[in-house]
Amino acid sequence: MTQLDYMLQQIVNAVSLGSLYALVAVGLSIVFGVLKLTNFAHGDVMMVGAFGVALLVGIGVPFPVAVICGIAAAAVAGFLIERIAYRPIRDAPDVARLLTSLAVTYIIENVGILVFTSSPRNFPLPAFLNTSWELSNGAITFTSINLLTIALTFVSLLLLGWFITRTTTGLGMRAAAEDMSAAQLVGLDVNRLIIVAFIVASAYAGLAGILWAAQAGVVQPQMGFTPLLKAFVAAIIGGFGSIAGALVGGYILGALEIFIVAFLPSSISSYRDAIVFAVLIAFLLVRPGGLLQPNREIKL
Amino acid sequence: MDTPSTPLLQVEDLQVNFGAVRALKSISLDVHAGEVVALVGANGAGKSTTLRTISGLSRPRGGRISFNGKSIAGMAPAKIVRLGIAQCPEGRRLFGGLTVADNLRLGACTRTDKDAVAADSERMFGLFPILKQRLKQLAGTLSGGEQQQLALARALMAAPRLLLLDEPSLGVAPLLVRHIFSALAELKLQGMTMLLVEQNIKLALDLADRAYVLRTGQVALSGLSAELRDSERVAQAYLGAAT
Repeated sequence: MTQLDYMLQQIVNAVSLGSLYALVAVGLSIVFGVLKLTNFAHGDVMMVGAFGVALLVGIGVPFPVAVICGIAAAAVAGFLIERIAYRPIRDAPDVARLLTSLAVTYIIENVGILVFTSSPRNFPLPAFLNTSWELSNGAITFTSINLLTIALTFVSLLLLGWFITRTTTGLGMRAAAEDMSAAQLVGLDVNRLIIVAFIVASAYAGLAGILWAAQAGVVQPQMGFTPLLKAFVAAIIGGFGSIAGALVGGYILGALEIFIVAFLPSSISSYRDAIVFAVLIAFLLVRPGGLLQPNREIKL
Repeated sequence: MDTPSTPLLQVEDLQVNFGAVRALKSISLDVHAGEVVALVGANGAGKSTTLRTISGLSRPRGGRISFNGKSIAGMAPAKIVRLGIAQCPEGRRLFGGLTVADNLRLGACTRTDKDAVAADSERMFGLFPILKQRLKQLAGTLSGGEQQQLALARALMAAPRLLLLDEPSLGVAPLLVRHIFSALAELKLQGMTMLLVEQNIKLALDLADRAYVLRTGQVALSGLSAELRDSERVAQAYLGAAT
């Protein structure tokens, strides 16, 4: 394997991992934008999407149909979380909202454990997604699911870009994120925008959950925790609450994690997560508004 | 000034509290269709709170607000915009990360009459030609005067029957203040009904037909602009506050 092949391989891995982080982080940022709330249950919405697919495929539903249903199930879960848990406390103090967000996470996870037990189950990936491709005589390999992750992320992010720059609802969502009372004064229905934000963010979480489970090969009720934590870091690096920032942060974090392991000696690279969180702390200290919002203070 | 018709906007004995603080003790005023009415008074007199409450951003503790004969007190802000009251808020409150064009588009978000919206955009470019050159620019990168013009245009894009203006001269260079007030005068000529809050009492009284002078959450006096301009009591109402 040449140096170049190795490099290319790592870039493919970084883009694939970064895509997953970006998908999750984008949803966190969308919800934070309109509600100024860190939605910890976002990781559990990923779980809903992944379990939806696993269960449906288990009863014989074709994989692509199951994926669409899984995304829809995640969107419904997000809608219900907003309606049942967050709306009644929308004007409550920040601490109460943050605690509610954590409580929702624990409730969903524990219901998941009650129903499905906490042991991992197989994620039923169809054979055509389980193949791997080789380039340069096997020097570079990537699996179909890697490619699918990258492709689906690009398509869905393009769709999101269109939504937030071209539709009145999408523009309204960004307007409400910037200035809620000004948004009300132009006549935007804030309730409706918040519902749309949750549905869109949760659909993205659902897709991310499905892809995450497909790469890991398993689903389990607590599967949302790690990606949520990573997406949180990604969103802060990029600029919390900014959709573009979440994207940038997601890909930077993906690259950082892959390259730490790929290019640093194992005595250092085994501290990968510690290094990542050190970067997070550095950002919070030096540039709390993230890369894209240098002048903004954030309050979580 | 008594008109036989019912006023477009009627506010009676409006009271608003901020926590334990009484921001508005009792405000009564009315605005007839086609009129320009000014609310003047020192800082903290309750001018902005009155506008915020009419727009539905603050909840009244007591009193009545009716628009076109319909009670709107406590209604959601978006509904009030749909009924025909738009506000150009203090400090402009533009969506700085959105383009000028998108700010205008959101100004018209309550409307479905696409052709009329397009026609209104053209009207805005006639009123504020600079906006046409800045369409693709982010609103946050405009100068203070340009931002104020955009804020006005955004409010007008809702095609309101009543325009609430909160301190349109604040933070705008003197030359541009004149430009903005001549645009407001043109709107007045076109028949736009306006309720104007303005620190600069001379500007306010020059534009308005009538004015209410507010002091500590109450109407201290009211009358025709021409009468108030020479009144000593107006000066007294301001004493110790405004410069």
